[in-house]
Amino acid sequence: MHGRPRKASKPEDEAASAAKAVKLRSLQSQFMTYHHEKIYTKEAIELSTKLLEINPEAYTAWNYRKLAVEDSLSRIESDPNSVKSILDEELRVVENALKQNFKSYGAWHHRKWVLSKGHSSTGNELKLLDKFQKLDPRNFHAWNYRRFVVELTNRSEQDELQYTDDMINNNFSNYSAWHNRSVLLSSLLANRVDGFIPEKKIPDEYEIVHQAIFTDPDDQSGWFYHLWLLAQTVNVESPLLTSSWPSHGSSVILSGAGCLIGSPFNVITFCSETGSVPLILYFDQAVGGVSSLTVTIDSELKGNENLVWEPISNKSSQVSCVWVARLKYLISEPCESKEYKVKVRLGNSPGIISSRGFNFSTPYEFVFTAHVHDTAKDSQERIVSWTDGFELWNAQSKDLNSLATSDQLNAGIDLKWRQAAIDSEIECFRLLADSKIGKLTLARLLMASEAMMSDAVVKGVHYEEILQLYNDLMALDSSHHHYYKDEHSVAFLHKVTSSSESLSRYLFRYRGMNNLVCLRLNKLSLSRIASVEKLLFVQMLDLSHNELHSTEGLEAMQLLSCLNLSHNRIRNFSALDSLRHVKQLKVLDVSHNHIGKHSVDTTRYLCSSPLSNSDWSQDDVRRQNPGLVTKYWDAYFVLRDLNLKQLDIAGNEIAGDEFNSFVLQVVPKLVWLNGQKPGN
Amino acid sequence: MSDLPPYPPLDPSNYDLIVVGTGVSESVSAAAASSSGSSVLHLDPNPFYGSHFAALSLPDLTSFLHSNSVSPPPSSPPIPPSNSHELISVDLVHRSLYSSVEISSFDSEILEEHSRRFNVDLCGPRVVFCADESINLMLKSGANNYVEFKSIEASFVGDSSGELRNVPDSRAAIFKSKSLTLLEKNLLMKFFKLVQSQLAKSDDDTTTVKISEEDMESPFVDFLTKMRLPPNIKSIILYAIAMLDYDQDNMETCRHLLKTKEGIDRLALYIKSMGRFSNALGALIYPIYGQGELPQAFCRRAAVKGCVYVLRMPITALLLDKETGGYKGVRLASGQEIFSQKLILDPCINVGLESLSSLTDQQNETLRVLVPKAMINKEKIARGICVIRGSVKSDVSNALIVYPPKSLFPEQLTAIRVLQLGSGLAVCPADMHVLYFSTLCKNDDQGIKALLSAMGNLIRLPVPESDSVVENVTCEAKPLLLWRALYVQELVKGEFGGVISSMPSPDENLNYKETVESAVKLYEQIMGSEELFKEETSLENTTEENEGGVEIDEN
Repeated sequence: MHGRPRKASKPEDEAASAAKAVKLRSLQSQFMTYHHEKIYTKEAIELSTKLLEINPEAYTAWNYRKLAVEDSLSRIESDPNSVKSILDEELRVVENALKQNFKSYGAWHHRKWVLSKGHSSTGNELKLLDKFQKLDPRNFHAWNYRRFVVELTNRSEQDELQYTDDMINNNFSNYSAWHNRSVLLSSLLANRVDGFIPEKKIPDEYEIVHQAIFTDPDDQSGWFYHLWLLAQTVNVESPLLTSSWPSHGSSVILSGAGCLIGSPFNVITFCSETGSVPLILYFDQAVGGVSSLTVTIDSELKGNENLVWEPISNKSSQVSCVWVARLKYLISEPCESKEYKVKVRLGNSPGIISSRGFNFSTPYEFVFTAHVHDTAKDSQERIVSWTDGFELWNAQSKDLNSLATSDQLNAGIDLKWRQAAIDSEIECFRLLADSKIGKLTLARLLMASEAMMSDAVVKGVHYEEILQLYNDLMALDSSHHHYYKDEHSVAFLHKVTSSSESLSRYLFRYRGMNNLVCLRLNKLSLSRIASVEKLLFVQMLDLSHNELHSTEGLEAMQLLSCLNLSHNRIRNFSALDSLRHVKQLKVLDVSHNHIGKHSVDTTRYLCSSPLSNSDWSQDDVRRQNPGLVTKYWDAYFVLRDLNLKQLDIAGNEIAGDEFNSFVLQVVPKLVWLNGQKPGN
Repeated sequence: MSDLPPYPPLDPSNYDLIVVGTGVSESVSAAAASSSGSSVLHLDPNPFYGSHFAALSLPDLTSFLHSNSVSPPPSSPPIPPSNSHELISVDLVHRSLYSSVEISSFDSEILEEHSRRFNVDLCGPRVVFCADESINLMLKSGANNYVEFKSIEASFVGDSSGELRNVPDSRAAIFKSKSLTLLEKNLLMKFFKLVQSQLAKSDDDTTTVKISEEDMESPFVDFLTKMRLPPNIKSIILYAIAMLDYDQDNMETCRHLLKTKEGIDRLALYIKSMGRFSNALGALIYPIYGQGELPQAFCRRAAVKGCVYVLRMPITALLLDKETGGYKGVRLASGQEIFSQKLILDPCINVGLESLSSLTDQQNETLRVLVPKAMINKEKIARGICVIRGSVKSDVSNALIVYPPKSLFPEQLTAIRVLQLGSGLAVCPADMHVLYFSTLCKNDDQGIKALLSAMGNLIRLPVPESDSVVENVTCEAKPLLLWRALYVQELVKGEFGGVISSMPSPDENLNYKETVESAVKLYEQIMGSEELFKEETSLENTTEENEGGVEIDEN
């Protein structure tokens, strides 16, 4: 059934199929007449049998038979023997139809329908399935039906697992068998059935799949199963807090809008016109239910009893990895700077639940100190430069530790067997590192190993190897170059953020404004952003001269006020959509990208279109300039939601007088456009 | 031969072809000739079909081996070529193929009770490969209607430790193998894939990896080394899949160093055999009731096409034309003289040396293939048969076991093959098994020694009570020996002699590939280059379901 080359049809075959078509057509029209006139005589039913045995895909005929069965059942008044004979006849028709085409959806559905009526014995079903699965062991219809029968007959999952064993032993190139195995094991492990403990079973499964992968690395079925096993090894059920800002034990200086003179060098200074500071919670998986009921704040700062927690997600869903609340600190009258302790507690009352339904079950709390300062006078009018005014971070681990977030990972998790499993996998797949998939798997395993490592001494040892593996893959397999490139970027950013020492090489202070904490990751040929959870404190980010297509991931960096994306591969404003969540963003440089270069841009269709947006018609800009909004709608939606003071779009196809004036209409508060004050 | 019943004279007494002996090659020739319309007389001195390929009961086998191991004294005093009529008659002598025959019974009582329930091969160990030329010929001739096969369930590689490891000969077998490391599995499967792509290649296809011409001409063993296959896997490929005999790593003793090209051909046969019949378990099958069924099937086919059969009928002399020295006919043991255009003979039939001296050059030329050749420095094959109680491997009845060179003892120069067959094949009573052993050897002692070593590895010899205490611990699991035959067989090649041709003896191979190929070649030489069984189309096959049987069917 698989791997058989298609043969060109011979003229005599074509003639035969034409003759068959004529016969089929006349059968069909006769059948339709019966159907429409609701004739359920013996003769009419036999005609449908004939039709289905020739063409099992005639779905109408199956439905007709269902009606016919209902009709005859209603007339015989529950004589069990007659009921049985009617239903047995249906099973026989289905079996014949399946012999003709055992991939017919209609036939399999009809069989399920007959069985669900009860009365029929289910004993023969598995035997019939064995017959069909012998013909084509991968046929997913048969596997689906098998699961249905198994459920109906209460056959044990262990027996079914044994069946997948047998099928895999016959021919391990069987996606359906491996898949069914993963389904059965998930259930057995989740229900903690006798002996089915992850730390015992998962290593056994690795051992089985190794046999398949090493015997034939070109066969994908084993690799799929291996990927599933890896996910079972790495993923923890209940969600955990990966990081937060502010982090535990840190201090922040909070002030009003403007520039604070002489802000201390080693503490983060945060200025805001609105007098509120974001609190960021970053979970290891998407969760819902974060609210003032599940997260409690103890603080002397007034008015923060019922904080509103917002999920930061591009999809308007109520689950997200990142949740933000705005803590108010605005001081109405000038006073001396004052210190406040803020304690955040979560997990004490249930409610935070992962999208897969697991509870955030490990209570966690963190405390930070807020120094609230007087509002400074000097409001920001000066242009932010990306060339001058940077000072390398004073690489003292102490300062960084207060920024680098402590995470809850590894807390109370049975890491030991997981690490052992990953370690033995790494050892194993080093042997297969001469194949592409072997290299990719090794790279994935090494990444998983890094993610689980808690020992600071050995953490980060694998990154060089991972980066080399992805470099090799890019050279070997050009058709998947973009994927490898993205993974390379992810690994590189993991490496950068793996220790304070490596991170400090890219960290600066920007003297031009409040000694902002600036991370400069320019000229690194990054194509994707990652490790954002470790960079929540960054206020100024330089990603210029990379190969980024999108700002996805940056939405978590709620402190970000300056962003340089110049000289990247941004193709349109929709790619900047995630920045709409970054309310602090004042300075954005997207010069020298590809915006407007590609007239047909498929990514535009993935985003919300002007027509689907409900609130846009009430807008002034829309009313005054309907043509421009239609033309530049993607820019309009992004820029409208930002509070930019400085924007650079030069060096893009889109840039020009028309677009510039449109931008000024959408963002009237803009102070600097393309390095100049508008109107001058 | 005085006890022969008086035989009615044969009518007619003139044929296109006379074939003497009912071995595989002779039977194929008889069937081919009769199906192409020739009149054929097929004779055999024995009371059974198959000659040296026969399957016999234990007493029959014993007496056959004994009677064929010594040259019988001439039945009558040598008569000088008689000059009656226009013909010269030249007396024939029987040449013995077997030596060092030794037959021992360890439990006569049980064996006597069951003696007729055995069908023991003379030419064992021998199996049929599903993609074997013999299967093709059977299908072409229709002889497949008379034979049923069953699969050999497993094949193993053994060594002196006594452990039998599965031969990883397919993707599924490699996957399941417990004795290979992950890396070995990887390398072996890669190698199989290379062979498969080599087989599937078309000449204008340059994208797939191919084996270079240079590699094809190099020794196969070197090529395997180049493919980074470790020694244990090399040995499996060479001796348990390609079924080689000689130690390919030992240049001094290896009489046949296989080239990569030939090695690939051998693997190809094995690989093609694996997938040929959907109801066969693996590459190897075996005819129910023994190998004797194969020649018999061809004979039955021949009989259907009009071939005349006479068993228990030796020929005593050849009749030559006095004038030209050309072949005319044969004299039967019954005394009747029968004439034919051509003659095909069993390898055991020779012309007596004393008769030769008195013949003319022309006459000698006619009889050239029947002149005994000097057997100096020729290899022989040592064969052994054991009847055991139990099985050498639990859960497995029909299995092939190979001991590669040097695996049993350091001086082991050639591979030893062992075939175990069970009652499912109707070759022995239930709860017993028949084991066949064979190995090539330079002399009888060497061959017998090697066989005994393999036997000791698998089987428990009945030992006197006093010794059994010591041996008991290690030997507990091994099956018990009931009966044993050891013999050494000469390897005689077939020879084309124009009018008179001689067919080969059973060869050293596990399968019939070379036997059948050479028979076809000889037949084409003898009868002109007609294609064998050209117009035969086997009738619509009645596919009966037989438990575990293999339907040989064209599909």
